[in-house]
Amino acid sequence: MLSRTADHLYWMSRYNERAENLARMLDAHYRLSLLPRTPEAVRQGWAATLTSLGMIDAFRARHREASPAAAVHFLAFEREHPGSILSCLRTARENARAVRGTVPSEVWETLNSTWLEARSFGRAGTEPALGDFLEWVKYRAHLTRGVIVGTMLRDEAYFFSRIGTFLERADATTRLLESRWRDPGDGGERPASEASEWAVLLRALSAFEVYRKVYRDSVTPMQVTELLLLNDSMPGSVHRCLSDLYGNLREVRNTQSRETERLAGEMHAQLRFGRLEELCADGVPVFLDRCQKRLNELAAGIARDFLVPGA
Amino acid sequence: MTVRAYDEMYDAAGNPRAHCAGYRDWLEAQPAERLAQKRAEADALFHRLGITFAVYGENEGTERLIPFDFVPRILPADEWTELEAGLKQRVRALNAFLADVYHDQEILKAGRIPSEPVLCNAQYRPEMQGIDVPGGIYSHIAGVDIVRADDGRFYVLEDNLRVPSGVSYMLENRKMMMRLFPELFSRHAVEPVEHYPDVLLDNLKSVAQPGITDPTVVLLTPGAYNSAYFEHAFLAQQMGIELVEGQDLFVRDDVVYMRTTRGPQRVDVIYRRIDDDFLDPLAFRSDSMLGVPGLLTAYRAGRVTIANAIGTGIADDKSIYPYVPDMIRFYLGEEPKLANVPTWILRRPDECSHVLANLKDLVVKEVHGAGGYGMLIGPASTQAEIEDFRARIKANPERYIAQPTLALSTSPTFVEQGFAPRHIDLRPFVLSGKDITIVPGGLTRVALRKGSLVVNSSQGGGTKDTWVLGPC
Repeated sequence: MLSRTADHLYWMSRYNERAENLARMLDAHYRLSLLPRTPEAVRQGWAATLTSLGMIDAFRARHREASPAAAVHFLAFEREHPGSILSCLRTARENARAVRGTVPSEVWETLNSTWLEARSFGRAGTEPALGDFLEWVKYRAHLTRGVIVGTMLRDEAYFFSRIGTFLERADATTRLLESRWRDPGDGGERPASEASEWAVLLRALSAFEVYRKVYRDSVTPMQVTELLLLNDSMPGSVHRCLSDLYGNLREVRNTQSRETERLAGEMHAQLRFGRLEELCADGVPVFLDRCQKRLNELAAGIARDFLVPGA
Repeated sequence: MTVRAYDEMYDAAGNPRAHCAGYRDWLEAQPAERLAQKRAEADALFHRLGITFAVYGENEGTERLIPFDFVPRILPADEWTELEAGLKQRVRALNAFLADVYHDQEILKAGRIPSEPVLCNAQYRPEMQGIDVPGGIYSHIAGVDIVRADDGRFYVLEDNLRVPSGVSYMLENRKMMMRLFPELFSRHAVEPVEHYPDVLLDNLKSVAQPGITDPTVVLLTPGAYNSAYFEHAFLAQQMGIELVEGQDLFVRDDVVYMRTTRGPQRVDVIYRRIDDDFLDPLAFRSDSMLGVPGLLTAYRAGRVTIANAIGTGIADDKSIYPYVPDMIRFYLGEEPKLANVPTWILRRPDECSHVLANLKDLVVKEVHGAGGYGMLIGPASTQAEIEDFRARIKANPERYIAQPTLALSTSPTFVEQGFAPRHIDLRPFVLSGKDITIVPGGLTRVALRKGSLVVNSSQGGGTKDTWVLGPC
């Protein structure tokens, strides 16, 4: 398969996944905003999110104050911001368009109609209620992923699309966790609210019921972290993503990809056999940071070995 | 227009021509609502499938449809046989001309064509001088524009030998017709066109460099923002070959490779849909981001086939067009089976003064123009436009040719007011490799505006399905 084709498939899936994860992150904030918090806590919460997304500078360049309204607009609807949900949906569609001859027509039609609909949401003054919009984004992302899994031949095209999905999802989970850990919230003063803040994160990830099933316990930060990092059965956990990523990488293996495969395998093994207390001996944020660095190395390796190889 | 145009379906008395009688009877039996509904269905389908032409504006995706008219243009078997023979003869001579111009230039030495309009033409590529191409074929895919005049005869209006487009519409229009009106195809023996991609692929494989047994063929596109991208993606998919952009290819040691997820893979034949100027930034326009650096060197070394070859534009230039009948006589020793439109060459003073005296009746074309731009249609122009052209001709007569205004034949077309005659042309696609093959039919373009003679899609033209009837 052409490297450029693989590249488009990989980014098509990454951007679909990214749109969904942004929606989930915004959803978490939306739910948090329904909790009793001081304005200062709300402001810090947004700053933590924008920081963990790596978008704080881009945001400050455009907006003075991290007001909830400005942050929501920036992350959901701002067309000039390439990291907004709308921009992600457009980029996913552009990548699909470039490979429309390679993917089943339903895949292209789904991404195309998602974008055509999103475009109408983004016009000034026609922004839908945030909750409805986020639900819609999640629904369309499910649909896109479903049509990919349901219609694509299990060949390289499919594997590269899946590699994009799992890499992006692993990255998003670490960022979501990081933003929760970095956000001091009101926890110090009102212990009861800490549990609800972490519960909000679980709900945004559609993981609240899973948590109850797995732990049969009240919500604690360490257990949520363990679920989202190490639980092999949890679809969004970093461990699950690495397991799937590694499997798909083995399918497309070529003569140069040995090191990238090893990196993925090593990270997978660490998450599979590591203990949370030891992995996070220097603090959870430090470990999350290491995970993100490792994921970046993996992305660079995949690009070098398969997607944009030199002559 | 003073002359009455030839109608493809009805004779002068208004009776259907013999080969159209069956269709006419069917058409008259159709309730108007059914036809209107079928037309809406066709529009919806073309949109959903994304069969679009036109510019991909902004970043929002504004894609236009070429209007499709469901009344087919029907050609009887004997007329097609005559056309086919004429087209093959013509393309054979044009390829011979290209081989000659880029080698010994016998036709220039013999004085049958003056040297100046050939060798001083921007379309003449000195880089091609002395290069041998596989099978001596330069224009592997030709789209020859044919019109029928009021005398009922076919004329060649233009030979498109560079990167002719439109064949995807020929294929999609047929698919659409079979979907909308399947019953028509059981009532008529319409020659199939669906195998065009197979014939094209065989043809491209047959012109690989000698010694290559299982050639890798790719289609080179300028990319998703090109107006004909749909056709590029469509043809690549139909042939099962890779659709590549310049950035996907690279040249090492005079061999062309594509970058794949399994490492470099050698490419043997490039069906390119990029103009000469953009093919290789090292050899042609250095600002081209679409091409492949070093491609010309690999080509000259005989390590890759480019279809169509570089430099074919010299044979379809409007200044060379008047000499094509002479090429046929010179290279093939035959009389042309298909006529040229009578043409005045304005570099010749006597012809120029005749044209200047009759501008209001003539069509004047700029020799390097294409797509219906840079031309004067005398009868449809204002006095000011005519005077403007007169001044331009006087300043540079060698830049122009002139032809009588042809009353292009008409075909009934479904327009707002019901069925009305509209002017049409025909572009069959002539494939040259080991043999010359023409899939029966081609792309019929129709000028949808009443009285308009301009069928180009860029100027508001539409398309029709083209039927060649089997011998009965």
